[in-house]
Amino acid sequence: MRNPTLAAGLFAASMTATAFGTSAAQADDTPVLTVYTYDSFVSSWGPGPGITEAFEAICDCELNLVGAGDGAALLARLQLEGTRTEADVVLGLDTNLTARALETGLFAPHGIEADLDLPIAWDDPNFLPFDWGWFAFVHDRTRTPAPPANFRELIDSDLSVVIQDPRSSTPGLGLLMWVKAAYGDEAAEIWEGLAPRILTVTAGWSEAYGLFLDGEADLVLSYTTSPAYHLIAEDDDSKAAAPFEEGHYMQIEVAGIVAETDQPELARQFMAFMLTEDFQSVIPTTNWMYPAVTPQDGLPEGFETLHRPETSLLFSADEAAALRDTALDEWRDALAR
Amino acid sequence: MRSRVELPWRRRLPAPAWALAAAVVLLLLALNFGALGAVFWRAEPGAAVFRPADWAALRFTLVQAALSALISVVLAIPVARALARRRFAGRRALVVLLGAPFILPTLVAVAGILAVFGRNGLVNQALAWAELPGFSIYGLQGVLLAHVFFNLPLATRLILQGWSRVPAEHLRLAASLGFGPAAMWRHIEGPMLRQVVPGALAVVFLICLTSFAVALTLGGGPRATTLELAIYQAFRFDFDLGRAALLALVQAALGIAALLALASFTLPAMAMTGLDRTAPPPPGGLARWVDVASITLVALFLLVPLGMVVLRGAPHLASLPAPVWAATLQSLKVAGLSVVLLALFTGALAMAALWSRWGQMLEGVGMSALLASPMVIGTGLFIIAFPLINPARLALPVTALVNAAMALPFALRAILPALRRAEADHARLSTSLGLGLGAHLRLVLWPRLRRPAGFALGLGAALSMGDLGVIVLFAQTGGETLPMQLHRLMGAYRTQDAAGAALLLLALSLAAFVVLERLIGGKEPHHAGT
Repeated sequence: MRNPTLAAGLFAASMTATAFGTSAAQADDTPVLTVYTYDSFVSSWGPGPGITEAFEAICDCELNLVGAGDGAALLARLQLEGTRTEADVVLGLDTNLTARALETGLFAPHGIEADLDLPIAWDDPNFLPFDWGWFAFVHDRTRTPAPPANFRELIDSDLSVVIQDPRSSTPGLGLLMWVKAAYGDEAAEIWEGLAPRILTVTAGWSEAYGLFLDGEADLVLSYTTSPAYHLIAEDDDSKAAAPFEEGHYMQIEVAGIVAETDQPELARQFMAFMLTEDFQSVIPTTNWMYPAVTPQDGLPEGFETLHRPETSLLFSADEAAALRDTALDEWRDALAR
Repeated sequence: MRSRVELPWRRRLPAPAWALAAAVVLLLLALNFGALGAVFWRAEPGAAVFRPADWAALRFTLVQAALSALISVVLAIPVARALARRRFAGRRALVVLLGAPFILPTLVAVAGILAVFGRNGLVNQALAWAELPGFSIYGLQGVLLAHVFFNLPLATRLILQGWSRVPAEHLRLAASLGFGPAAMWRHIEGPMLRQVVPGALAVVFLICLTSFAVALTLGGGPRATTLELAIYQAFRFDFDLGRAALLALVQAALGIAALLALASFTLPAMAMTGLDRTAPPPPGGLARWVDVASITLVALFLLVPLGMVVLRGAPHLASLPAPVWAATLQSLKVAGLSVVLLALFTGALAMAALWSRWGQMLEGVGMSALLASPMVIGTGLFIIAFPLINPARLALPVTALVNAAMALPFALRAILPALRRAEADHARLSTSLGLGLGAHLRLVLWPRLRRPAGFALGLGAALSMGDLGVIVLFAQTGGETLPMQLHRLMGAYRTQDAAGAALLLLALSLAAFVVLERLIGGKEPHHAGT
C-alpha cells in the first residue's frame, strides 16, 4: 500500500532484475517498457509480479518495474532525471501530486477514453487512474467498540491517534486535504483540537500502521479498505474503518506517460492494459485498494463488508496544489505548539 | 605523533601506500563535497532561504543531539568502569550483546523499545498493574531514550578502550600508594576520561545530528522536526534542491562546530607505556555494588527490548517467505563488499595518518562521513551517476561504498589509538633491529592491531547488514536488501513476517559482528578491555 519508505529509493529497483533485464533485451532486441512506481507496488507482496506476468504475456516486450520510494519520491526522482529519464510510464502518483507533475512538463497526454468505476467523474487528459480508496481512521472493534463519528467527536474523545507526516507520506498529505475539504477555514481550529489526540506522527504509513497493530494507538490513519486485508488474509474481522459524517477524502492513484518515452506505442498499450481485467483483478488483494474498473466477477469476497462513505471528498489537482502550503502551515502550527 | 621533528625511528610511507591513501582521501572528499556540490549545481538558480520553521528544526536538532550525547556518555562511564575492572562468567558475551543496539536497524530497535516503553509496553503494563500513572514515551524523552539506547553501547565501548589503555603498572602503583577513589579519579581516571570523553561525545552527537525517523516517530509530531527531516522535505515535498543543500551545509557546520569545541577540551592522548601485566584486584565494598548495579541496569535497559524482538520474531522465523531469504543473500553481499572497502580505507588512512605530517587532517577526512547528510549524499551521488550509468547497476557498489564510508569514523577511532600506542612503544626497538616496513607491520603492529581491527570490521559488517540503521537512508538504495524487504513486508500489512525478518536481521548483524571479530581479532584477548 502507500509506501512506507523513509528514504527516496534512488538506486532502488531490483538490481538483479535490471541486470538480467538489460542483457536479455540486448540479446534478442525485445523492447523494454520501463515503469517507475512506488516500492510497495513492485514488492513481492504487491501487484507487481502478477501484473508483469500478465502484461508480458500479451505485449511481446519486457516490463521493467522500477520501485522508487513512495509517490512523492517517485516524482522527485523523475524531476532529478529530467528529460533523460529511462521511464516510459510513471505509475503511482495521486491527485495531490498531479498538478506538480504536470508542471514539470515531463508528461504527455494518454489519449485513452476510459469507462471508470469511480465515485467521481474523471476527465484528466494526462493522468489515468488505476486504483482508488477512501482515507479513514481504522480501529480495532474489540478495543474501541464505539469509534467517533466525525472529527469533532474525535477531538472530544480520549482516544489516541497515530497519523503520518504530510511532508513525507501521501496518506499524511491526504489527511491534510481531508480536514481542509471538510472544514475549510476552520481547518486550523480542527487541527488545534486534534493535537492532544495525536499520539505521534510517523514518516510513513507502515510505521503508523505498525504502531496501531501493536496497541500503541486506538486509531490509525489508513484506508477504508485496510480491514479487508485482515479479513481476507488473516481471517480476522476485528478491524474496521470509522465512518465519518463529514465524508471521506479520496486517494486516486494514477499513471501517466512520460513525454520523452522511446516506446510511445508500448506505453499506450500499457495504459490501456492497466484498465483491463488482468490488471484490475490483481489490485484489490495486493494493493488493498478499489480497482479503477470493477472486474467482471465483482470485488473479492469480504470487500462487501467495508464501509462505503456516502460523501466522497476530493479537491481537483489544481485546488490541492494551491491549498497545499497553507494547509501544511496550519497543520504544523497546531501540532508544533 | 603531533611532533614535527624528524625522528630517526619514524618511518616513511612507501609510494604505493601513499597513492592508496591519497585515492581514499579523494574518494571520501568526492563523496561528501562532490555530492553536496552536485546538489547545488543541479538546483534551480535563485536564493535558497532559511525559513522560520528551519530555526525551530535547528534548535531541536541541537538540543536532542547534545542531550543524547551527554546522557549516553555520562551513563557509559560507570558501565565502562565496571566492565573494565570486573571479571565474571559471560562477561565477553555480555560485552558483545551490549553492542547490539548500535548495530541494529532503526525499525527493529524502535519496535523493541516500544515493546518495553510504549503505551502498551511492559513498563506501562507493570505500572497499570501496580495502579500507578502511566508513562508516555512520545516526546523529547522518547527521542532521548531511543538515542541513548542506540548510543550508550558505542559510548561504553569507546570509554572502555580508554580504560583498557591505562597500563596495569599505573593501577598497581596506585594500589601500592593506597589511592582512595578520589585520588584514583584525580590521577588516573580523570585524565584518561579527558582523553576519551570529548571524542565519545562528538561521535554520539554527530550520529544523532542526522537522525530523523526515530526523532519524528518518538518525538510525537512536527515539534520533533530535525534538520535532516527538513532536508528530506525540501527534496521530496518541495523539490527545492538549493534549500536541501543549504540545510545540509548548516547541518555540517553544526557538526564541525561541535567537533572543534570538543577538540579544544580534549587532552592529547599521551603514550602510556606498560608491560600489559595483570591489573591489581578491583576495589570491593561500595565500589563493587556500584559496579554490579551499573552492569545489571544497563543490561536490563539494553537487553530486554532485544529480548522482545526475539520473542516476537521467533514464531515466524521458520515460515519466512522466499524473497526474504533472497534479500538476505543480497545483504550478505553488500556487507561483504563493504567490509573489504572498509579494511582498505582504514588501513590506508591509519598508516598515512601515523607516518605523515598530515596525520590530523587525514583523520579528519576519515571522520567526515559523519558530518554529511545521508539524504544529500544519496541525491548527489545519483545526480553524478545518472548521466553516466544506469543507477540501478550501481546499487551494490554504491551501497557498500557509502556503508564503508559511514563505518570508517568508528573504525579509525578503534584502530588509530592502538596503532599510535604500538608505534610509540615499539618503533624505536623495531628500527634499531633494522626491521623493514613489511616485517614491522607483520611482527610488530599487526599483533597489536588484530583486536581493534576485528572490532572495527565486525562493526562495519554489522552496520552494513542493517544499512547503518541509525542514520536512516541508504537502506533503500541496495537491490532488495534485508532491511528493505523488512520495510516492504510492513508496507504490505505483513507484520508477523516482518517480526520474523526483524529477528533474522538482528541475528545476522550480531553474527556478522561476532564472526569477523573472532576471525580477525583472534580468540583470546591479549589484553583486557574492548
